[in-house]
Amino acid sequence: MAARSRPGRSIAAHAILLTYTLIALFPVWIILINSVKSRRAIFGAPLALPTPETWDLVGYTTVLENGDFFGYFLNSLIVTVVSLALVLLFGAMAAFALSEYRFRGNTLMGLYLALGIMIPIRLGTVAILQMMVSAGLVNTLTALILVYTAQGLPLAVFILSEFMRNVSDDLKNAGRMDGLSEYAIFFRLVLPLVRPAMATVAVFTMIPIWNDLWFPLILAPSEETKTITLGSQVFIGQFVTNWNAVLAALSLAILPVLVLYLIFSRQLIRGITAGAVK
Amino acid sequence: MGALDLRGVAKSFGKTPVIKGVDLSVADGEFVVFVGPSGCGKSTLLRMIAGLEDVTTGTVFLDGQDVTNLAPAKRGIAMVFQTYALYPHLTVRDNMGLALKQAGVSRAEIARDVGRASAMLALDPYLDRRPVELSGGQRQRVAIGRAIVRTPRLFLFDEPLSNLDAALRVATRIEIARLHRELGATMIYVTHDQVEAMTLADRIVVLRAGEVEQVGRPMDLYNDPANTFVAGFIGSPRMNFLKGAALGEQADTLGIRPEHLAIARGPGPIPGTVSHVEKLGGETLVYVRTEPHGLLTVRLFGEHDFAVDEAVGLSPDGARAFRFDAAGRRLR
Repeated sequence: MAARSRPGRSIAAHAILLTYTLIALFPVWIILINSVKSRRAIFGAPLALPTPETWDLVGYTTVLENGDFFGYFLNSLIVTVVSLALVLLFGAMAAFALSEYRFRGNTLMGLYLALGIMIPIRLGTVAILQMMVSAGLVNTLTALILVYTAQGLPLAVFILSEFMRNVSDDLKNAGRMDGLSEYAIFFRLVLPLVRPAMATVAVFTMIPIWNDLWFPLILAPSEETKTITLGSQVFIGQFVTNWNAVLAALSLAILPVLVLYLIFSRQLIRGITAGAVK
Repeated sequence: MGALDLRGVAKSFGKTPVIKGVDLSVADGEFVVFVGPSGCGKSTLLRMIAGLEDVTTGTVFLDGQDVTNLAPAKRGIAMVFQTYALYPHLTVRDNMGLALKQAGVSRAEIARDVGRASAMLALDPYLDRRPVELSGGQRQRVAIGRAIVRTPRLFLFDEPLSNLDAALRVATRIEIARLHRELGATMIYVTHDQVEAMTLADRIVVLRAGEVEQVGRPMDLYNDPANTFVAGFIGSPRMNFLKGAALGEQADTLGIRPEHLAIARGPGPIPGTVSHVEKLGGETLVYVRTEPHGLLTVRLFGEHDFAVDEAVGLSPDGARAFRFDAAGRRLR
């Protein structure tokens, strides 16, 4: 309300936010416009919009003809969606247990689970690779899913347990009186109420997984298991880089993550369920 | 159906005792109110009866059956919560019918029972709404309806009126009293409001720091309190506690209700100055600062004019005073 009463501050705030938006979107914009230009035009005037003379879809045709691009795409999608589902499921369940039940070592367990936020999982790459080799999981999507689930869980548990602490005890107890099992209370009463938090966690978990190059390169570099980020790298050579193809691949890679983001951001807004409890 | 027996029921969180051994029998059809200040353990005790909190030691009997370790839903108990606790994603109809659905009751029977409860509480127009679309008073009626539908052996109310405004609180209080008469069910009601306790209860249980201070009918507690705590808690405005020594009494403390303290202008047995006057129309409350008793309340019927800082004299009605020893116990 205060911002509305003072138009000057409101304009300033919008100006700052717009500037930030422009800066954030600029690289994406450059990728998009250059992906439909000819190679000469990309280098000649990288900031120019495509004109009829410079219009060239060679990047897209290269990408779609060379390599199994749809396969890479599918791999990325499988890895991201399955990891995301596992992170959300297990993260929410752990968070529920930590916030709802009194048991010995509760706080310690919470701290232990949150430790992963501070320690980057890549420090353990060698050990992870050894583990995957002995488990025979190298060059499988399962390896990536397992690693990404582990990587996403700490933040998910941390954020969701904070939110679940705020879900009314009376509501859960009402469920218990009415004969709902603990699972029913979790899935039917608590999860819908923490949907905004779930959406936040989903967005924060999804993007690093989709963009990751490190683990696909190390754990699943085979042709059948390549993800889109890794697949795009074939166009980047030591001496020659096929920029048309790289830019086209990147442009295509933005699409699914954008769709997923839109789904979750809708949830963010719609999920604010009021009225259960005064 | 619905006799409750608590035998030596106690609870502690870690090493902190919260309920220190409660023995209580509630007869079938009785309306019992647990009353006490916040943190006295009354809600915890209610949750232990419901099965939502573990009992550390002691036994809970319901109709002679040991239910101490039975799951809440299996006890045949319904509970109404302070925050209503309606399921936000279900309609009023489904909120009320959920427990029966979970118990595997047929759809026709659920519809009949929900219809009966909603008629009783005038909820028919709202059956297809969700809780968000209801006012606070309507939500609490739905919560009560949800309890009635289950035809439980025992109703538990956990401060059900605390979130309602004053007018609704009175209306809902009357509603609950009516339901108790119509259903004839056993009810246990928790509140920190002694007016609710006095008006609803067949028997009141006064709790302090996890212990039962006194159990009795409202007028028994009012006319015959066992100690200063009960005397101070029951009755509004609060009872005045005077220092016995200053009045030449044997007792350590003299308890006198505000209506049994006479006030006159000028000097009197207990001299003091008026510190504040509250005129309520039907009655006037005069707050008088005295030495060494502190601030005393005088309740007068009708309208009276006293000015702040006016010198007045108070005289206690010795015959209606309650006498207590130094530990706060009643001297009889």
